[in-house]
Amino acid sequence: MRQDVRDVAKQMRVDIIRMLAAAGSGHPGGSLSATDILAVLYFDKMNIDPSNPEDPDRDRLVLAKGHAAPALYAALAEKGFFPREDLLGLRKSDSHLQGHPNMQTTPGVEMSTGSLGQGLSVANGMALAGRLDGRDYYVYCLLGDGEIQEGQVWEAAMSAGHYGLDHVIAFVDHNHLQIDGNNDEVMTVNPIDEKFRAFGWHTLTIDGHDYEAIADAVEQAKATKGKPTVIVAETIKGKGVSFMENQVGWHGVAPTAEQAQEALEELGAL
Amino acid sequence: MNSATREAFGKALAELGATNPDIVSLDADLSCTTKSATFGKVFPDRFFNMGIAEQDLMATAAGLATCNKIPFASTFAVFATCRALDQIRNSICYPHLNVKVVGTHAGPSCGEDGGSHQAVEDIAIMRSLPGMVVVVPADDVEAEKVVYAAAQYYGPMYLRFARLASPTVHEPDYEFDLFHGEVMRDGDDVAIIACGMMVPRALDAARQLAEDGINARVVNMHTIKPIDEDLVEKCARECGRIVTIEEATIVGGLGTAVTEVVAERCPVPVRRIGMPDIFGKSGPGAELLDEFGLSAEHIIEVVKSF
Repeated sequence: MRQDVRDVAKQMRVDIIRMLAAAGSGHPGGSLSATDILAVLYFDKMNIDPSNPEDPDRDRLVLAKGHAAPALYAALAEKGFFPREDLLGLRKSDSHLQGHPNMQTTPGVEMSTGSLGQGLSVANGMALAGRLDGRDYYVYCLLGDGEIQEGQVWEAAMSAGHYGLDHVIAFVDHNHLQIDGNNDEVMTVNPIDEKFRAFGWHTLTIDGHDYEAIADAVEQAKATKGKPTVIVAETIKGKGVSFMENQVGWHGVAPTAEQAQEALEELGAL
Repeated sequence: MNSATREAFGKALAELGATNPDIVSLDADLSCTTKSATFGKVFPDRFFNMGIAEQDLMATAAGLATCNKIPFASTFAVFATCRALDQIRNSICYPHLNVKVVGTHAGPSCGEDGGSHQAVEDIAIMRSLPGMVVVVPADDVEAEKVVYAAAQYYGPMYLRFARLASPTVHEPDYEFDLFHGEVMRDGDDVAIIACGMMVPRALDAARQLAEDGINARVVNMHTIKPIDEDLVEKCARECGRIVTIEEATIVGGLGTAVTEVVAERCPVPVRRIGMPDIFGKSGPGAELLDEFGLSAEHIIEVVKSF
């Protein structure tokens, strides 16, 4: 199982580099930092079935940091929601793969996102609906660490705490970088876990590239009743491609053909 | 007679909740005055107070809608459409989710709270969002029917209600048709196209104009988007001139929508009555309407001026 996740994550990274190079624009840094979390969720933890995408009991994932769309698309393609060939259409006018996730166009996308800060509220709404209907599904929400500068995130943190939404499991992809630089130089976000705790959340901090740790954190979240859980995942922006790692410049720039070649070689795809 | 459309909203939502288990209601600490509390008292499990957090309100409603709930998300019109505009745009309209955005206390009839609380731009803003339906009921009877129609229609919708009680102009058995305007009085000298509580004022004006031998047609254009283009064109062809009146800025609302159709399909003179690119102010709502020219007297003056 774990080895599968490892293989999937590797394939996802390869796909991310290929689709961004083909698109000529997009966000590699935050896609690569979030890859391992998405790989564990989609290939180990989430109850979803591409052959029954409307199953009311399915788990949901809201990619609040919508600019990591390439990572989500890579996971969905690998899962079988659409053919892998589609990935190379990313950001092109004849493709269903929009620059940011669009639930209207892309199978498997549970919510359209892109304007930061809205996803956690949406996840809360999904969890409230599940509670009303007596269903046991979980709603995962993947937030960026820069994203939590949006005030709405804390409105949503407050309401998830207020309503005790224990079927909301949020991840903060804490790669420490955003467009203009280091988080805490741009606008202090730390301490993240203490802020969520103050709003009534159960908090965990893990290595966001450790498959076992991610999976264990999800199990701990599920075992926590009466309150939502946030998993602060310490990650490396650009993880897996050494020349991208921890480089703020790779937030929103696609690799050239040569750079993609180098990245794919490092990822073992060539 | 003389009830506020927001009261009708609360009542209708509570009735609807009894037959439709998918209806949920969310509010932002104004449920007692938007009247969503009427629903909340009957269906506490399906009512969510989100606190004073309109952005969270709208996006949470979107999440519920993805799971086949029919959320009515209510707050004052000014907060719904301005404070939470990005959430309505990106989390409701862009994915075309079935959320009903309910804005109450719209327009200067909101009264004493003043210009900060009186939405004048909400119709224009909501009208500009792709796929958004915009409805402004004329009275309590229509407001109730709008709530039922909203639940029947799939897609994002903006429902504009008023704080101030206003005259009832419809019989209880009135058949509301969401996508067709209502000719409430026939005439072919001028067409007065109105929405919301301006409809009874337009009817008043038409009665007085008749005494002067001017036969005014009065149209209740409850649905401003998509507007009933055929009816607007018919008014232009048969009446030759049109006056619009709305309790909102004349920039981008009903008057603009009518003018767009007229310009494209049958150019005739149009005069728009509304807030002339200004904000409201404090005062008794009914008096403010008169002061801002949102009155039968002003309609008559305008009709006689062109």
